[in-house]
Amino acid sequence: MSRELINLIIQATGESLFMVSVAALLATFFGLPIGIFLATSRKGELFAAPAVNSILGMVVNATRSTPFIILVVAIIPFTRLIAGTSIGSGAAIVPLTIAATPFIARLVEGAIREVDGGLIETASSFGASPLQIVLKVLIPEALPGLVLALTLAVVSLLGYSAMVGAVGGGGLGDLGIRYGYQRFMPEMMLAVVVVLIALVQTVQTAGDYLARRVNRRLRHR
Amino acid sequence: MNVHQSLTAAQPVETPPVASAPTERDTMVRFESVSKIYPAYRDKPSVQALTGIDFAIPRGSITGVIGRSGAGKSSLVRLINGLEKPSAGRVVVDGRDISALAGRELRLAQRSIGMIFQHFNLLSSRTAADNIALPLEIAGWSRAEIAVRVAELLELVGIADKYDRYPSELSGGQKQRIGIARALATRPTVLLSDEATSALDPQTTRAILDLLANINRELGVTIVLITHEMSVVRQLAKEVVVIDGGEIVERGHVADIFTHPRHPVTQAFLSEVVGDSVPVSLASRLVAQPIAAGRAVIRLQVRGSNAGDTVVARLARELSIDVALLSARIDEIGGQHVGSLTIGIPGGEAAVKQAVTYLSQHNFPAERLGYVA
Repeated sequence: MSRELINLIIQATGESLFMVSVAALLATFFGLPIGIFLATSRKGELFAAPAVNSILGMVVNATRSTPFIILVVAIIPFTRLIAGTSIGSGAAIVPLTIAATPFIARLVEGAIREVDGGLIETASSFGASPLQIVLKVLIPEALPGLVLALTLAVVSLLGYSAMVGAVGGGGLGDLGIRYGYQRFMPEMMLAVVVVLIALVQTVQTAGDYLARRVNRRLRHR
Repeated sequence: MNVHQSLTAAQPVETPPVASAPTERDTMVRFESVSKIYPAYRDKPSVQALTGIDFAIPRGSITGVIGRSGAGKSSLVRLINGLEKPSAGRVVVDGRDISALAGRELRLAQRSIGMIFQHFNLLSSRTAADNIALPLEIAGWSRAEIAVRVAELLELVGIADKYDRYPSELSGGQKQRIGIARALATRPTVLLSDEATSALDPQTTRAILDLLANINRELGVTIVLITHEMSVVRQLAKEVVVIDGGEIVERGHVADIFTHPRHPVTQAFLSEVVGDSVPVSLASRLVAQPIAAGRAVIRLQVRGSNAGDTVVARLARELSIDVALLSARIDEIGGQHVGSLTIGIPGGEAAVKQAVTYLSQHNFPAERLGYVA
């Protein structure tokens, strides 16, 4: 493979990592509180607001059921509003974030719901406020699950990022389609797939390791 | 003035005189016509958990609340620390109507009410020391104050060497010790125990109950014990409240309730402890008709007499017969003998009648179960 092609792969990997990491950070920033709220706002729960809970749940479901490629195109005006442009890696972060936020919210909800309800009662029994319960009980106790949830979200984002080539987002997926498929360069396609596999493998292994490290239910000594 | 200011120096504990009517000062928790109804939700009908609960828990006492599962024990204890609100009536804790408090006021009041749980409810992500520190962090103590207090508490519950262990590395008994230390962290005046020993083996249960007795004695903390095990009440409590179907069916001093149980539920709980059933090996040999040269089998109840242990010897001497002891269980509860004896009386109908008369004259209710060879 020529020097130029290798440079293309390196550049595309950089674009993918940039889009995915910024989108993952933003989606966590928005998705974490939404997920915690979804997990604690049904009837009789900590922040009980059943009506808001079901409306938010429906919005989350609607976003998640929209195919990503349609979402990318459908929100182009919004993307332009936020990013100033609708093309390029920076602009691609907007649809990536919007797609990943509800996904992360649902995963966070699941992880938080895994926490034993008895612990919430216990913290309430010694006078903890709802916010203290979230910060001192729910998040620390759900941490292994949260780490795994975020790992899953990053891996999914790598998959989504292959589609943003449609709006000039660049990245590995775009490279694979344009050079590997449209210009019929199977070795390019193969290289892109190998790099993606390596990335996913690395993210998953790191996530698993971190989740084990923060899990105190396992014995460490 | 806080009676818990020092852990080491024991302060005199006020125990209310038994006979006099309890005054406001002597009462730690008072239920005033309390009812609790859980409203219907989705496909579940509404549940009347508690009805017309009226009683007082004396300051510095250890009070047992016993009942079968679903009797309303958990609702009762959760009304004391404001985790639940009564549907009617008031719950007054240390002179304050806890059922009227909400928000920040309630959370402040809850710091003077500790609670321990059947399944310990420790945070798996925190070490023993950090679990104990949690209520102090929530109460806004400084790091330095917390460190001092946590060290005291670890010492108090006897697990100082386990401070850096996570709950997954500890036994049930050790976990409950952390639970107790955590419940006492903010120096509460009341400690609620919700089946705290139900998940522990008998030996560990005894050790935990001893620890609770010590805490009551040395810190003067009023303890409310929720349990379905009579043996727990017997070992620890002075006062007992029996609840069934959401109502108090019997209450009083442990010794009185044990020796003269009136309600069927209390009697059932009691037989759990004293075991008044006939041994299987004996029951299989029992026949209804007298057997020549056989024995009549008589079961007698020992309830509150202080001579239960010598009754067989005295009966034998009095009637000059060889009384056979077939099975026996006698316990001492509150200084009184409680239990049942199964004995065999030889010598035909006359001797049996004489024996039964002797026993009932001396306050040992006796019944004839049958005959054995």
